[in-house]
Amino acid sequence: MSTRDWLLDDSPATLTQANLGRAWRMTTTLLRNPLAVAGLLIVLLLLATALFAPWIAPETPVGQNLQARLLPPSAEHWMGTDELGRDIFSRVVYGSRITLMIVALVAVISAPLGLIIGAVAGYFGGWVDRILMGVTDVFLSLPKLILALAFVAALGPGIENAIIAIAITAWPAYARIARAETLTFRNDEYIQAVRLVGGSHSRIIFRHVLPLCTSSMIVRATLDMAGIILTAAGLGFLGLGAQPPLPEWGAMISRGRTFILDQWWVATMPGFAIILVSLGFCFLGDGLRDVLDPKQGGEK
Amino acid sequence: MSNAAISLKDLDISYGDTKVVRDVSFDVATGESFALVGESGSGKSTVLKAIAGLAPDWTGEISVLGKPRGHGTDRTFSNTCQMVFQDPYASLHPRKTIDTVLSEPLAIHGIGQRSKKVVEMLSAVGLDQRFRFRFPHQLSGGQRQRVAIARALMLEPKVMLLDEPTSALDVSVQAEILNLLKRLRREQGLTYLMVTHNLPVVSFMCDRMAVMNKGRIVEIAPKTALYDGSFSDPYTLDLYAASGGNPDADPAVAAASDTKDP
Repeated sequence: MSTRDWLLDDSPATLTQANLGRAWRMTTTLLRNPLAVAGLLIVLLLLATALFAPWIAPETPVGQNLQARLLPPSAEHWMGTDELGRDIFSRVVYGSRITLMIVALVAVISAPLGLIIGAVAGYFGGWVDRILMGVTDVFLSLPKLILALAFVAALGPGIENAIIAIAITAWPAYARIARAETLTFRNDEYIQAVRLVGGSHSRIIFRHVLPLCTSSMIVRATLDMAGIILTAAGLGFLGLGAQPPLPEWGAMISRGRTFILDQWWVATMPGFAIILVSLGFCFLGDGLRDVLDPKQGGEK
Repeated sequence: MSNAAISLKDLDISYGDTKVVRDVSFDVATGESFALVGESGSGKSTVLKAIAGLAPDWTGEISVLGKPRGHGTDRTFSNTCQMVFQDPYASLHPRKTIDTVLSEPLAIHGIGQRSKKVVEMLSAVGLDQRFRFRFPHQLSGGQRQRVAIARALMLEPKVMLLDEPTSALDVSVQAEILNLLKRLRREQGLTYLMVTHNLPVVSFMCDRMAVMNKGRIVEIAPKTALYDGSFSDPYTLDLYAASGGNPDADPAVAAASDTKDP
Protein backbone atom coordinates (compact mmCIF):
# COMPACT_ATOMS: atom_id res chain seq x y z
CA MET A 1 0.00 0.00 0.00
CA SER A 2 1.50 3.33 -1.01
CA THR A 3 1.54 6.34 1.27
CA ARG A 4 -1.07 7.95 -0.90
CA ASP A 5 -3.46 5.04 -0.54
CA TRP A 6 -2.82 5.03 3.17
CA LEU A 7 -3.71 8.73 3.36
CA LEU A 8 -6.83 8.38 1.26
CA ASP A 9 -8.01 5.21 3.01
CA ASP A 10 -11.76 5.36 3.49
CA SER A 11 -11.57 3.60 6.80
CA PRO A 12 -8.62 5.02 8.73
CA ALA A 13 -7.32 2.83 11.52
CA THR A 14 -6.24 5.63 13.84
CA LEU A 15 -7.13 9.20 14.58
CA THR A 16 -3.77 10.36 13.22
CA GLN A 17 -4.41 8.67 9.92
CA ALA A 18 -7.88 10.23 9.71
CA ASN A 19 -6.49 13.71 10.35
CA LEU A 20 -3.54 13.29 8.00
CA GLY A 21 -5.87 12.03 5.28
CA ARG A 22 -8.02 15.07 5.73
CA ALA A 23 -5.00 17.39 5.55
CA TRP A 24 -3.77 15.57 2.44
CA ARG A 25 -7.10 16.07 0.67
CA MET A 26 -7.08 19.75 1.51
CA THR A 27 -3.51 20.19 0.30
CA THR A 28 -4.20 18.53 -3.02
CA THR A 29 -7.27 20.70 -3.53
CA LEU A 30 -5.24 23.79 -2.72
CA LEU A 31 -2.48 22.80 -5.11
CA ARG A 32 -4.96 22.49 -7.97
CA ASN A 33 -5.62 26.24 -7.77
CA PRO A 34 -2.86 28.09 -9.71
CA LEU A 35 -3.41 31.43 -7.98
CA ALA A 36 -3.24 29.81 -4.57
CA VAL A 37 0.00 28.10 -5.57
CA ALA A 38 1.40 31.45 -6.71
CA GLY A 39 0.38 32.97 -3.36
CA LEU A 40 1.87 30.06 -1.48
CA LEU A 41 5.15 30.42 -3.38
CA ILE A 42 5.34 34.14 -2.62
CA VAL A 43 4.68 33.52 1.06
CA LEU A 44 7.26 30.72 1.12
CA LEU A 45 9.69 33.06 -0.63
CA LEU A 46 9.07 35.64 2.09
CA LEU A 47 9.67 33.02 4.77
CA ALA A 48 12.87 31.83 3.12
CA THR A 49 14.12 35.37 2.62
CA ALA A 50 13.50 36.23 6.23
CA LEU A 51 15.10 33.04 7.45
CA PHE A 52 18.23 33.26 5.28
CA ALA A 53 18.55 37.07 5.12
CA PRO A 54 22.23 37.17 6.20
CA TRP A 55 23.17 34.73 3.42
CA ILE A 56 21.00 36.31 0.71
CA ALA A 57 21.81 39.95 1.29
CA PRO A 58 25.11 40.96 -0.31
CA GLU A 59 25.74 43.76 2.18
CA THR A 60 24.73 44.74 5.68
CA PRO A 61 21.44 46.65 5.81
CA VAL A 62 22.80 49.44 7.98
CA GLY A 63 26.37 49.96 6.72
CA GLN A 64 26.74 53.40 5.20
CA ASN A 65 28.93 54.33 2.25
CA LEU A 66 28.58 57.98 1.42
CA GLN A 67 30.66 57.63 -1.75
CA ALA A 68 27.98 55.35 -3.20
CA ARG A 69 24.93 57.55 -2.51
CA LEU A 70 21.79 57.22 -4.60
CA LEU A 71 23.26 54.94 -7.25
CA PRO A 72 20.74 53.58 -9.77
CA PRO A 73 20.08 49.81 -9.99
CA SER A 74 23.10 48.03 -11.48
CA ALA A 75 24.78 44.62 -11.42
CA GLU A 76 26.53 45.61 -8.20
CA HIS A 77 23.49 47.12 -6.46
CA TRP A 78 20.43 45.28 -7.86
CA MET A 79 18.01 47.81 -6.47
CA GLY A 80 20.35 50.77 -6.27
CA THR A 81 21.45 52.54 -3.12
CA ASP A 82 19.76 55.07 -0.88
CA GLU A 83 20.77 58.50 0.34
CA LEU A 84 23.30 57.05 2.79
CA GLY A 85 24.80 54.66 0.25
CA ARG A 86 23.13 51.57 1.74
CA ASP A 87 22.34 48.73 -0.62
CA ILE A 88 18.53 48.78 -1.08
CA PHE A 89 18.35 45.10 -2.02
CA SER A 90 20.00 44.14 1.27
CA ARG A 91 17.64 46.41 3.16
CA VAL A 92 14.59 44.95 1.44
CA VAL A 93 15.83 41.43 2.25
CA TYR A 94 16.36 42.27 5.91
CA GLY A 95 13.08 44.20 5.93
CA SER A 96 11.24 40.95 5.20
CA ARG A 97 12.14 39.86 8.74
CA ILE A 98 10.46 42.90 10.24
CA THR A 99 7.42 42.52 8.01
CA LEU A 100 7.08 38.85 8.84
CA MET A 101 7.46 39.52 12.54
CA ILE A 102 4.78 42.22 12.46
CA VAL A 103 2.38 40.04 10.50
CA ALA A 104 2.95 36.98 12.66
CA LEU A 105 2.66 38.81 15.97
CA VAL A 106 -0.44 40.71 14.96
CA ALA A 107 -2.09 37.51 13.74
CA VAL A 108 -1.10 35.64 16.90
CA ILE A 109 -2.47 38.38 19.15
CA SER A 110 -5.59 39.58 17.36
CA ALA A 111 -7.03 36.46 15.70
CA PRO A 112 -7.38 34.36 18.88
CA LEU A 113 -8.58 37.40 20.84
CA GLY A 114 -11.27 38.22 18.28
CA LEU A 115 -12.16 34.57 17.89
CA ILE A 116 -12.78 34.03 21.58
CA ILE A 117 -14.66 37.28 22.10
CA GLY A 118 -16.87 36.59 19.07
CA ALA A 119 -17.53 32.96 19.98
CA VAL A 120 -18.41 33.84 23.57
CA ALA A 121 -20.75 36.63 22.44
CA GLY A 122 -22.43 34.45 19.84
CA TYR A 123 -22.73 31.40 22.07
CA PHE A 124 -24.21 33.07 25.12
CA GLY A 125 -26.24 35.77 23.37
CA GLY A 126 -28.30 38.16 25.50
CA TRP A 127 -26.51 40.81 27.50
CA VAL A 128 -23.08 39.16 27.15
CA ASP A 129 -23.48 39.52 23.41
CA ARG A 130 -24.67 43.10 23.69
CA ILE A 131 -21.76 44.23 25.87
CA LEU A 132 -19.06 42.45 23.87
CA MET A 133 -20.44 43.55 20.54
CA GLY A 134 -20.86 47.09 21.84
CA VAL A 135 -17.14 47.19 22.60
CA THR A 136 -16.40 45.64 19.22
CA ASP A 137 -18.52 48.25 17.47
CA VAL A 138 -16.64 51.06 19.18
CA PHE A 139 -13.35 49.70 17.85
CA LEU A 140 -14.82 48.99 14.43
CA SER A 141 -16.20 52.47 14.04
CA LEU A 142 -12.75 54.06 14.28
CA PRO A 143 -10.53 53.98 11.19
CA LYS A 144 -7.77 51.43 11.69
CA LEU A 145 -4.80 53.63 10.87
CA ILE A 146 -6.07 56.56 12.91
CA LEU A 147 -6.67 54.35 15.94
CA ALA A 148 -3.25 52.74 15.53
CA LEU A 149 -1.77 56.24 15.26
CA ALA A 150 -3.46 57.25 18.48
CA PHE A 151 -2.12 54.17 20.28
CA VAL A 152 1.40 54.63 18.97
CA ALA A 153 1.28 58.29 19.89
CA ALA A 154 0.24 57.32 23.40
CA LEU A 155 2.68 54.42 23.78
CA GLY A 156 5.57 56.05 21.95
CA PRO A 157 6.92 55.20 18.49
CA GLY A 158 8.64 51.88 17.94
CA ILE A 159 8.07 48.56 16.31
CA GLU A 160 6.69 46.78 19.42
CA ASN A 161 4.16 49.51 20.03
CA ALA A 162 3.20 49.50 16.36
CA ILE A 163 2.50 45.76 16.61
CA ILE A 164 0.40 46.22 19.74
CA ALA A 165 -1.48 49.10 18.14
CA ILE A 166 -2.24 47.15 14.96
CA ALA A 167 -3.29 44.08 16.95
CA ILE A 168 -5.66 46.19 19.04
CA THR A 169 -7.26 47.61 15.91
CA ALA A 170 -7.42 44.30 14.02
CA TRP A 171 -9.37 42.04 16.39
CA PRO A 172 -12.92 43.44 15.99
CA ALA A 173 -13.25 42.08 12.45
CA TYR A 174 -12.43 38.59 13.73
CA ALA A 175 -14.88 38.94 16.59
CA ARG A 176 -17.65 39.86 14.14
CA ILE A 177 -16.97 36.86 11.93
CA ALA A 178 -16.67 34.45 14.83
CA ARG A 179 -19.93 35.71 16.29
CA ALA A 180 -21.78 35.42 12.98
CA GLU A 181 -20.46 31.88 12.49
CA THR A 182 -21.33 30.89 16.03
CA LEU A 183 -24.88 32.19 15.68
CA THR A 184 -25.47 29.91 12.70
CA PHE A 185 -24.80 26.73 14.64
CA ARG A 186 -25.09 27.48 18.34
CA ASN A 187 -28.51 25.82 18.50
CA ASP A 188 -27.56 22.94 16.26
CA GLU A 189 -28.20 19.48 17.53
CA TYR A 190 -24.57 18.47 17.86
CA ILE A 191 -24.03 21.37 20.27
CA GLN A 192 -27.18 20.45 22.20
CA ALA A 193 -25.99 16.86 22.32
CA VAL A 194 -22.79 17.92 24.07
CA ARG A 195 -24.83 19.91 26.58
CA LEU A 196 -26.96 16.84 27.17
CA VAL A 197 -23.99 14.63 27.98
CA GLY A 198 -22.93 17.24 30.53
CA GLY A 199 -20.34 19.29 28.61
CA SER A 200 -19.57 22.64 30.24
CA HIS A 201 -19.90 25.94 28.40
CA SER A 202 -16.15 26.37 28.16
CA ARG A 203 -15.78 22.87 26.76
CA ILE A 204 -18.41 23.56 24.13
CA ILE A 205 -16.87 26.88 23.16
CA PHE A 206 -13.28 25.64 22.97
CA ARG A 207 -13.81 22.13 21.66
CA HIS A 208 -16.88 22.50 19.47
CA VAL A 209 -17.55 26.10 18.52
CA LEU A 210 -14.01 27.37 17.92
CA PRO A 211 -12.91 24.56 15.57
CA LEU A 212 -15.83 25.47 13.33
CA CYS A 213 -14.88 29.16 13.32
CA THR A 214 -11.18 28.65 12.68
CA SER A 215 -11.36 27.92 8.98
CA SER A 216 -13.05 31.20 8.11
CA MET A 217 -10.70 32.83 10.59
CA ILE A 218 -7.62 31.48 8.83
CA VAL A 219 -8.96 32.72 5.52
CA ARG A 220 -9.78 36.09 6.93
CA ALA A 221 -6.42 36.39 8.68
CA THR A 222 -4.55 35.51 5.50
CA LEU A 223 -6.52 38.10 3.55
CA ASP A 224 -5.92 40.59 6.35
CA MET A 225 -2.16 40.07 6.25
CA ALA A 226 -2.03 42.42 3.28
CA GLY A 227 -3.87 45.08 5.28
CA ILE A 228 -1.61 44.54 8.28
CA ILE A 229 1.50 44.94 6.15
CA LEU A 230 0.07 48.13 4.68
CA THR A 231 -0.87 49.49 8.10
CA ALA A 232 2.60 48.69 9.42
CA ALA A 233 4.13 50.33 6.36
CA GLY A 234 1.80 53.28 6.86
CA LEU A 235 2.94 53.70 10.45
CA GLY A 236 6.53 53.36 9.30
CA PHE A 237 5.91 55.92 6.59
CA LEU A 238 4.56 58.35 9.17
CA GLY A 239 7.63 57.75 11.32
CA LEU A 240 5.67 56.01 14.09
CA GLY A 241 6.59 52.42 13.33
CA ALA A 242 10.06 50.98 13.07
CA GLN A 243 12.69 53.59 13.81
CA PRO A 244 15.81 54.25 11.70
CA PRO A 245 18.08 52.57 10.90
CA LEU A 246 15.78 49.52 10.92
CA PRO A 247 15.09 48.55 7.29
CA GLU A 248 11.30 48.59 7.55
CA TRP A 249 9.68 48.84 4.12
CA GLY A 250 7.23 51.63 4.97
CA ALA A 251 9.95 53.72 6.57
CA MET A 252 12.16 53.14 3.51
CA ILE A 253 9.46 54.49 1.22
CA SER A 254 9.09 57.46 3.50
CA ARG A 255 12.82 58.23 3.25
CA GLY A 256 12.74 57.74 -0.52
CA ARG A 257 9.92 60.22 -0.94
CA THR A 258 12.39 63.09 -0.87
CA PHE A 259 14.14 61.79 -3.96
CA ILE A 260 11.18 60.28 -5.78
CA LEU A 261 11.50 62.45 -8.88
CA ASP A 262 15.23 62.00 -9.55
CA GLN A 263 16.02 58.71 -7.80
CA TRP A 264 12.79 56.72 -8.23
CA TRP A 265 14.27 53.40 -7.10
CA VAL A 266 14.72 54.46 -3.50
CA ALA A 267 10.99 54.52 -2.82
CA THR A 268 9.86 52.12 -5.53
CA MET A 269 11.83 49.01 -4.59
CA PRO A 270 10.44 48.57 -1.06
CA GLY A 271 7.05 49.47 -2.57
CA PHE A 272 7.36 46.52 -4.94
CA ALA A 273 8.18 44.28 -2.00
CA ILE A 274 5.04 45.42 -0.15
CA ILE A 275 2.85 44.88 -3.21
CA LEU A 276 4.31 41.44 -3.93
CA VAL A 277 3.90 40.17 -0.37
CA SER A 278 0.39 41.62 0.00
CA LEU A 279 -0.59 40.01 -3.28
CA GLY A 280 0.85 36.68 -2.18
CA PHE A 281 -1.19 36.68 1.02
CA CYS A 282 -4.36 37.67 -0.90
CA PHE A 283 -3.95 34.84 -3.42
CA LEU A 284 -3.23 32.34 -0.69
CA GLY A 285 -6.23 33.56 1.33
CA ASP A 286 -8.54 33.17 -1.65
CA GLY A 287 -7.26 29.67 -2.28
CA LEU A 288 -7.62 28.73 1.37
CA ARG A 289 -11.18 29.98 1.36
CA ASP A 290 -12.05 27.51 -1.37
CA VAL A 291 -10.42 24.67 0.54
CA LEU A 292 -11.52 25.45 4.07
CA ASP A 293 -15.11 26.45 3.38
CA PRO A 294 -17.10 24.13 5.67
CA LYS A 295 -19.56 23.43 2.85
CA GLN A 296 -16.74 22.02 0.78
CA GLY A 297 -14.98 20.32 3.66
CA GLY A 298 -16.97 17.19 3.00
CA GLU A 299 -15.79 16.75 -0.55
CA LYS A 300 -12.89 14.59 -1.41
CA MET B 1 -47.32 6.14 39.81
CA SER B 2 -44.43 5.11 42.01
CA ASN B 3 -42.29 3.36 39.40
CA ALA B 4 -42.66 6.13 36.82
CA ALA B 5 -39.54 6.68 34.75
CA ILE B 6 -40.84 10.00 33.52
CA SER B 7 -43.59 11.93 35.23
CA LEU B 8 -44.99 15.22 33.96
CA LYS B 9 -47.55 17.28 35.87
CA ASP B 10 -49.33 20.38 34.57
CA LEU B 11 -46.43 21.18 32.29
CA ASP B 12 -46.60 24.49 30.44
CA ILE B 13 -43.73 25.36 28.11
CA SER B 14 -43.12 28.66 26.38
CA TYR B 15 -40.66 30.07 23.90
CA GLY B 16 -40.38 33.73 24.83
CA ASP B 17 -43.93 35.03 25.24
CA THR B 18 -45.58 32.28 23.24
CA LYS B 19 -46.92 29.36 25.17
CA VAL B 20 -46.49 26.29 22.98
CA VAL B 21 -47.42 23.50 25.36
CA ARG B 22 -50.20 23.69 27.98
CA ASP B 23 -51.22 21.46 30.82
CA VAL B 24 -49.39 18.34 29.81
CA SER B 25 -49.49 15.54 32.37
CA PHE B 26 -48.57 11.91 31.87
CA ASP B 27 -46.47 9.16 33.40
CA VAL B 28 -44.21 6.74 31.61
CA ALA B 29 -43.60 3.53 33.56
CA THR B 30 -40.07 2.15 33.90
CA GLY B 31 -39.33 -0.10 30.96
CA GLU B 32 -42.27 1.18 29.00
CA SER B 33 -42.12 2.58 25.49
CA PHE B 34 -44.39 5.58 25.24
CA ALA B 35 -45.18 7.56 22.12
CA LEU B 36 -46.13 11.19 21.68
CA VAL B 37 -47.97 11.59 18.41
CA GLY B 38 -49.53 14.53 16.69
CA GLU B 39 -49.08 16.70 13.65
CA SER B 40 -46.20 19.12 13.08
CA GLY B 41 -46.19 22.05 15.48
CA SER B 42 -48.29 20.31 18.09
CA GLY B 43 -45.53 20.64 20.69
CA LYS B 44 -44.33 17.03 20.84
CA SER B 45 -40.65 17.78 20.39
CA THR B 46 -40.89 20.70 22.79
CA VAL B 47 -42.00 18.35 25.55
CA LEU B 48 -38.90 16.20 24.94
CA LYS B 49 -36.67 19.25 24.95
CA ALA B 50 -38.12 20.43 28.24
CA ILE B 51 -37.44 17.04 29.81
CA ALA B 52 -33.90 17.07 28.41
CA GLY B 53 -33.33 20.60 29.71
CA LEU B 54 -33.00 22.23 26.30
CA ALA B 55 -36.20 24.26 26.58
CA PRO B 56 -35.73 25.81 30.02
CA ASP B 57 -38.77 28.07 30.04
CA TRP B 58 -41.41 25.87 31.65
CA THR B 59 -43.67 25.66 34.68
CA GLY B 60 -45.17 22.61 36.32
CA GLU B 61 -43.35 19.48 37.42
CA ILE B 62 -41.02 17.16 35.57
CA SER B 63 -39.40 14.23 37.28
CA VAL B 64 -37.24 11.53 35.79
CA LEU B 65 -36.74 8.27 37.74
CA GLY B 66 -38.28 9.93 40.77
CA LYS B 67 -35.93 12.94 40.76
CA PRO B 68 -37.36 16.38 39.98
CA ARG B 69 -35.70 18.08 37.01
CA GLY B 70 -34.14 21.53 37.07
CA HIS B 71 -34.58 23.97 34.23
CA GLY B 72 -31.30 23.45 32.43
CA THR B 73 -28.98 20.65 31.48
CA ASP B 74 -26.80 19.20 34.21
CA ARG B 75 -24.07 16.62 34.53
CA THR B 76 -25.73 14.23 36.92
CA PHE B 77 -28.85 14.08 34.82
CA SER B 78 -26.87 13.03 31.77
CA ASN B 79 -26.28 9.59 33.29
CA THR B 80 -29.98 8.92 33.58
CA CYS B 81 -31.49 10.31 30.44
CA GLN B 82 -30.28 10.98 26.92
CA MET B 83 -31.85 12.11 23.70
CA VAL B 84 -31.59 11.08 20.05
CA PHE B 85 -32.33 13.87 17.60
CA GLN B 86 -34.42 13.88 14.51
CA ASP B 87 -31.90 14.85 11.87
CA PRO B 88 -28.78 12.68 11.78
CA TYR B 89 -27.21 15.12 9.33
CA ALA B 90 -27.34 17.91 11.92
CA SER B 91 -26.63 15.98 15.09
CA LEU B 92 -22.97 15.11 14.51
CA HIS B 93 -20.16 17.66 14.62
CA PRO B 94 -18.83 17.95 11.04
CA ARG B 95 -15.17 18.15 12.10
CA LYS B 96 -15.03 15.30 14.61
CA THR B 97 -14.43 11.65 13.94
CA ILE B 98 -16.92 9.08 15.17
CA ASP B 99 -14.36 7.99 17.75
CA THR B 100 -14.12 11.53 19.17
CA VAL B 101 -17.89 11.91 19.24
CA LEU B 102 -18.34 8.67 21.15
CA SER B 103 -15.49 9.13 23.63
CA GLU B 104 -16.47 12.69 24.52
CA PRO B 105 -19.27 11.77 26.98
CA LEU B 106 -16.79 9.44 28.73
CA ALA B 107 -14.14 12.14 28.81
CA ILE B 108 -16.58 14.66 30.30
CA HIS B 109 -17.51 12.25 33.08
CA GLY B 110 -13.95 11.08 33.63
CA ILE B 111 -14.69 7.48 32.71
CA GLY B 112 -11.70 5.36 31.71
CA GLN B 113 -11.25 2.55 29.19
CA ARG B 114 -12.68 4.79 26.51
CA SER B 115 -11.24 2.95 23.56
CA LYS B 116 -12.66 -0.37 24.67
CA LYS B 117 -16.08 1.14 25.38
CA VAL B 118 -16.21 2.85 21.99
CA VAL B 119 -15.42 -0.44 20.26
CA GLU B 120 -18.13 -2.24 22.23
CA MET B 121 -20.70 0.44 21.56
CA LEU B 122 -20.00 0.45 17.83
CA SER B 123 -20.75 -3.24 17.65
CA ALA B 124 -23.80 -2.82 19.90
CA VAL B 125 -25.35 -0.40 17.40
CA GLY B 126 -24.33 -2.58 14.46
CA LEU B 127 -21.55 -0.42 13.03
CA ASP B 128 -18.39 -1.95 11.67
CA GLN B 129 -15.11 -0.98 13.37
CA ARG B 130 -13.84 0.57 10.15
CA PHE B 131 -16.27 3.46 10.69
CA ARG B 132 -14.55 4.39 13.93
CA PHE B 133 -12.16 7.00 12.56
CA ARG B 134 -14.33 8.33 9.79
CA PHE B 135 -15.80 11.79 9.70
CA PRO B 136 -19.60 12.16 9.64
CA HIS B 137 -19.60 13.14 5.96
CA GLN B 138 -18.18 9.73 5.14
CA LEU B 139 -21.27 8.01 6.59
CA SER B 140 -24.79 7.53 5.28
CA GLY B 141 -27.85 8.87 7.08
CA GLY B 142 -28.65 5.54 8.69
CA GLN B 143 -25.07 5.08 9.85
CA ARG B 144 -25.05 8.57 11.31
CA GLN B 145 -28.23 7.86 13.20
CA ARG B 146 -26.60 4.71 14.60
CA VAL B 147 -23.71 6.88 15.77
CA ALA B 148 -26.17 9.33 17.37
CA ILE B 149 -27.87 6.45 19.18
CA ALA B 150 -24.47 5.13 20.26
CA ARG B 151 -23.51 8.54 21.62
CA ALA B 152 -26.72 8.70 23.63
CA LEU B 153 -26.04 5.24 25.06
CA MET B 154 -22.38 5.86 25.99
CA LEU B 155 -23.28 6.99 29.52
CA GLU B 156 -25.61 4.00 29.97
CA PRO B 157 -28.78 6.01 30.62
CA LYS B 158 -31.98 4.25 31.59
CA VAL B 159 -34.32 6.67 29.87
CA MET B 160 -34.09 7.58 26.20
CA LEU B 161 -35.89 10.48 24.55
CA LEU B 162 -36.30 9.81 20.85
CA ASP B 163 -37.25 12.75 18.67
CA GLU B 164 -38.57 11.26 15.44
CA PRO B 165 -35.45 9.13 15.10
CA THR B 166 -36.40 7.75 11.71
CA SER B 167 -38.27 10.52 9.93
CA ALA B 168 -35.20 11.89 8.10
CA LEU B 169 -34.21 8.48 6.76
CA ASP B 170 -35.34 6.53 3.74
CA VAL B 171 -37.67 3.59 4.12
CA SER B 172 -35.32 0.60 4.27
CA VAL B 173 -32.99 2.43 6.65
CA GLN B 174 -35.94 3.40 8.86
CA ALA B 175 -36.68 -0.28 9.29
CA GLU B 176 -33.09 -0.98 10.37
CA ILE B 177 -33.09 1.82 12.92
CA LEU B 178 -36.48 0.80 14.33
CA ASN B 179 -35.26 -2.76 14.77
CA LEU B 180 -32.05 -1.50 16.37
CA LEU B 181 -34.00 0.63 18.86
CA LYS B 182 -36.28 -2.27 19.67
CA ARG B 183 -33.35 -4.62 20.28
CA LEU B 184 -31.47 -2.09 22.42
CA ARG B 185 -34.53 -1.56 24.59
CA ARG B 186 -34.84 -5.29 25.11
CA GLU B 187 -31.14 -5.79 25.83
CA GLN B 188 -30.56 -2.82 28.09
CA GLY B 189 -33.97 -2.48 29.74
CA LEU B 190 -34.47 1.06 28.50
CA THR B 191 -37.48 3.29 28.86
CA TYR B 192 -38.41 5.10 25.66
CA LEU B 193 -40.30 8.31 25.21
CA MET B 194 -40.64 8.66 21.49
CA VAL B 195 -41.99 11.49 19.41
CA THR B 196 -43.39 10.60 16.04
CA HIS B 197 -46.13 11.52 13.63
CA ASN B 198 -46.18 8.07 12.17
CA LEU B 199 -48.85 5.82 13.70
CA PRO B 200 -47.48 2.55 12.27
CA VAL B 201 -44.17 3.28 14.03
CA VAL B 202 -46.13 3.59 17.27
CA SER B 203 -47.77 0.22 16.84
CA PHE B 204 -44.39 -1.32 16.06
CA MET B 205 -42.37 0.27 18.86
CA CYS B 206 -44.59 1.47 21.67
CA ASP B 207 -46.93 0.27 24.39
CA ARG B 208 -48.95 3.41 24.89
CA MET B 209 -49.35 6.73 23.18
CA ALA B 210 -50.43 10.26 23.96
CA VAL B 211 -52.00 12.25 21.15
CA MET B 212 -51.16 15.95 21.09
CA ASN B 213 -52.94 18.73 19.28
CA LYS B 214 -52.15 22.43 19.52
CA GLY B 215 -49.99 22.05 22.59
CA ARG B 216 -52.40 19.91 24.59
CA ILE B 217 -52.76 16.20 25.13
CA VAL B 218 -56.15 15.19 23.79
CA GLU B 219 -56.01 11.50 24.54
CA ILE B 220 -53.82 8.79 26.03
CA ALA B 221 -54.49 5.38 24.54
CA PRO B 222 -52.90 1.92 24.52
CA LYS B 223 -51.45 0.77 21.23
CA THR B 224 -54.25 -1.78 20.83
CA ALA B 225 -56.46 1.16 19.95
CA LEU B 226 -54.55 1.35 16.70
CA TYR B 227 -55.96 -2.02 15.70
CA ASP B 228 -59.56 -1.61 16.78
CA GLY B 229 -59.88 2.15 16.39
CA SER B 230 -61.22 2.57 19.91
CA PHE B 231 -60.28 6.23 20.30
CA SER B 232 -62.62 8.61 22.03
CA ASP B 233 -61.42 12.05 20.98
CA PRO B 234 -62.62 13.38 17.61
CA TYR B 235 -59.15 14.72 16.72
CA THR B 236 -57.57 11.32 17.34
CA LEU B 237 -60.22 9.64 15.24
CA ASP B 238 -59.42 12.06 12.40
CA LEU B 239 -55.72 11.36 12.73
CA TYR B 240 -56.38 7.65 12.79
CA ALA B 241 -58.61 7.85 9.73
CA ALA B 242 -55.96 9.90 7.92
CA SER B 243 -53.40 7.17 8.52
CA GLY B 244 -55.65 4.68 6.72
CA GLY B 245 -56.60 2.77 9.82
CA ASN B 246 -54.13 -0.02 9.16
CA PRO B 247 -51.20 0.19 11.55
CA ASP B 248 -48.98 -2.06 9.42
CA ALA B 249 -49.54 -0.22 6.17
CA ASP B 250 -46.33 1.79 6.50
CA PRO B 251 -43.66 0.35 4.23
CA ALA B 252 -40.87 0.97 6.75
CA VAL B 253 -42.68 -0.83 9.51
CA ALA B 254 -43.63 -3.65 7.19
CA ALA B 255 -39.97 -4.01 6.30
CA ALA B 256 -38.97 -3.83 9.93
CA SER B 257 -41.47 -6.53 10.88
CA ASP B 258 -40.20 -8.77 8.10
CA THR B 259 -36.56 -8.52 8.99
CA LYS B 260 -34.74 -9.04 12.24
CA ASP B 261 -31.90 -6.89 13.43
CA PRO B 262 -28.83 -9.11 13.59
